[in-house]
Amino acid sequence: MGLLRSMKGDTGGLVLLAVLALVAILVPVLNLAVPADNPWHVSTFTVTLLGKYLTYALLALAVDLVWGYLGILSLGHGAFFALGGYAMGMYLMRQIGERGVYGHPVLPDFMVFLNYTELPWFWHGFDQFWFAALMVVLVPGLLAFVFGWLAFRSRVTGVYLSIITQALTYALMLAFFRNEMGFGGNNGLTDFKDILGFDLTARTTRVALFVISALMLAMAYLACRAIVTSRLGRVAVAIRDAEPRVRFIGYRVDRVKLALFTFSAMLAGIAGALYVPQVGIINPGEFAPLNSIELVIWVAIGGRATLYGAVIGAVLVNYGKTWFTGVFPEAWLFALGGLFVLVTLLLPKGIAGLAGQMRNLRRRRGEPTAPLPDTATEATP
Amino acid sequence: MTERSGWARFQEVIRRDRQFGLVTEEKSLALLADERSERASLMRQSWRQFRESMRRDRQFDFMVAWKDLELDVSHGPILYVEDLNVSFDGFRAINHLNFYVDAGELRCVIGPNGAGKTTMMDIITGKTRPDSGSVFFGQKIDLLRLSEPEIAAIGIGRKFQKPTVFEQHTVFENLELAMAGDKRVFPTLFARLRVAQRDRIDEVLCIIGLGEQVRRPAGALSHGQKQWLEIGMLLMQDPHLLLVDEPVAGMTHQEMDRTAELLLSLAGRHSVVVVEHDMDFVRSIARRVTVLHQGSVLAEGSMDEVQNDPRVIEVYLGG
Repeated sequence: MGLLRSMKGDTGGLVLLAVLALVAILVPVLNLAVPADNPWHVSTFTVTLLGKYLTYALLALAVDLVWGYLGILSLGHGAFFALGGYAMGMYLMRQIGERGVYGHPVLPDFMVFLNYTELPWFWHGFDQFWFAALMVVLVPGLLAFVFGWLAFRSRVTGVYLSIITQALTYALMLAFFRNEMGFGGNNGLTDFKDILGFDLTARTTRVALFVISALMLAMAYLACRAIVTSRLGRVAVAIRDAEPRVRFIGYRVDRVKLALFTFSAMLAGIAGALYVPQVGIINPGEFAPLNSIELVIWVAIGGRATLYGAVIGAVLVNYGKTWFTGVFPEAWLFALGGLFVLVTLLLPKGIAGLAGQMRNLRRRRGEPTAPLPDTATEATP
Repeated sequence: MTERSGWARFQEVIRRDRQFGLVTEEKSLALLADERSERASLMRQSWRQFRESMRRDRQFDFMVAWKDLELDVSHGPILYVEDLNVSFDGFRAINHLNFYVDAGELRCVIGPNGAGKTTMMDIITGKTRPDSGSVFFGQKIDLLRLSEPEIAAIGIGRKFQKPTVFEQHTVFENLELAMAGDKRVFPTLFARLRVAQRDRIDEVLCIIGLGEQVRRPAGALSHGQKQWLEIGMLLMQDPHLLLVDEPVAGMTHQEMDRTAELLLSLAGRHSVVVVEHDMDFVRSIARRVTVLHQGSVLAEGSMDEVQNDPRVIEVYLGG
């Protein structure tokens, strides 16, 4: 009931959920039931690619929640995504077992290679899926909680907070690059074999991962939507627009920020965990500051503070990236930069705001001299 | 000069008077006896007070959390400011200030620039700490021990000079957010608007006269309407005492009249302190006016009394 109420008036969101449902049904059918020589056939490669876009969309959703609605420009959300990915990667590594190159029953290949004699303490428990799944949300959540507790309590805001989040992900990248960290260093975690007993290279597993990603995105969308339509969501927007006033009304601004930032980091962790089995590798490159900046651009292009705009932005930009890097790879970053500049100048509300902008334009052209009806009543209180 | 107790000084005075033959011996002895018996009765009284204060069912103020303290205005005033001093870098912004506001009163505070009006409000709301003096809310609540949000929570609301409302939210949502209630994260997440709360918002909308604008974003309101909305947000917090800093700055005459009506309608149920420069406006609302000058009270009384006070005339016109 609550979810239904929160979707009222959210046309964009309803369209998005409908498209997601359609894609989640159609793509598996077109992949599994339609023979490969049929023009309607969707290749397994495309299924995995689409699944990857969906995990990016989930990540963008997490960023939009804190940036669009709370005004926290996090340039380090890639870190939470990567941590979730590493938690899933550790589970997948433990699943390899004796099938590794060195055939060690417990130690993953890179540990044997680096002369480990026993499993580091933080790798214990990751042979259990439930434990890994818990860590996927707990580790990013805990990091966000501790980081946010320190930052928001000391009232660090604006560009300073952005810089610290950027430093956070950079520091994590440097740490994970080190072999001594025990996460495979430069090479990261790869060579995964299966998940929950299902072969990762199998077509059905790929399709299942795609469907789960779509479901997770839909659920996360509904959860975010429920938050932003609640009173807490209105407090968040109020914090974004006039933080001291909110404090003066009696809300604990730091607590609100902490709660939403932590929730957002958990979503990012889930996105990372779904991303890793589909792309088959996680390495410290995912912590790169550039990734976090890029994902902020997805949200800006899609449209801030709409939630569905973030999803549109993530999918479109990543589709563009795939296409561009196939055709002329050197030009991609220029194209991305150009797109960002164009959107900032011409579409301040992103692609999601395009419809509203067109409507305004048409209205202005239709009645160029008549004042808007609601401004006329304003003078008489 | 050596410090001496009253008793010793009294004895000395008597002795000196006798020396100079001003009182007779018997008279001086009688005086001493009188004084002694008076002191004895005083001691008995203080012993009674001590016993009273040590009654078993009595709780000490410092043992009571500030949240449990209830506002006690049984003696009349809701706000006691006594012997307050603040200086900034040697400049005495507030100088032995004594200021009382009765419960339900509408009080105007006027004074030239730098008289200490805003500093006084800063101290009452916990923004500035005084060098010495005391500020009590009712008879029991020591405001100098509380932080800004705590002071807001026990029922002192403040409107700053520049109106700040949440521009992206509608008028209704602005009032809803300001509403008194549980403002922790999870209760806020699951908060639903109850019928009584909706009625309260409607009531406040009626008071501030923004019923027509209820669905409009606050950013689209005129300057005056924003000021009223902010007063409405103060009302939603259900404060006992409202501190209103320059409510009519930048308003048209019609808007001023409307604001005067609004503030007058609040007095009685709430205590209101208005700081204002505009004399016509003050004349239209004030029953009692306090004139501050150089950090202390220069005059207090009705508008006519104050305006005819020669010291006030000197500060405002001469000087």
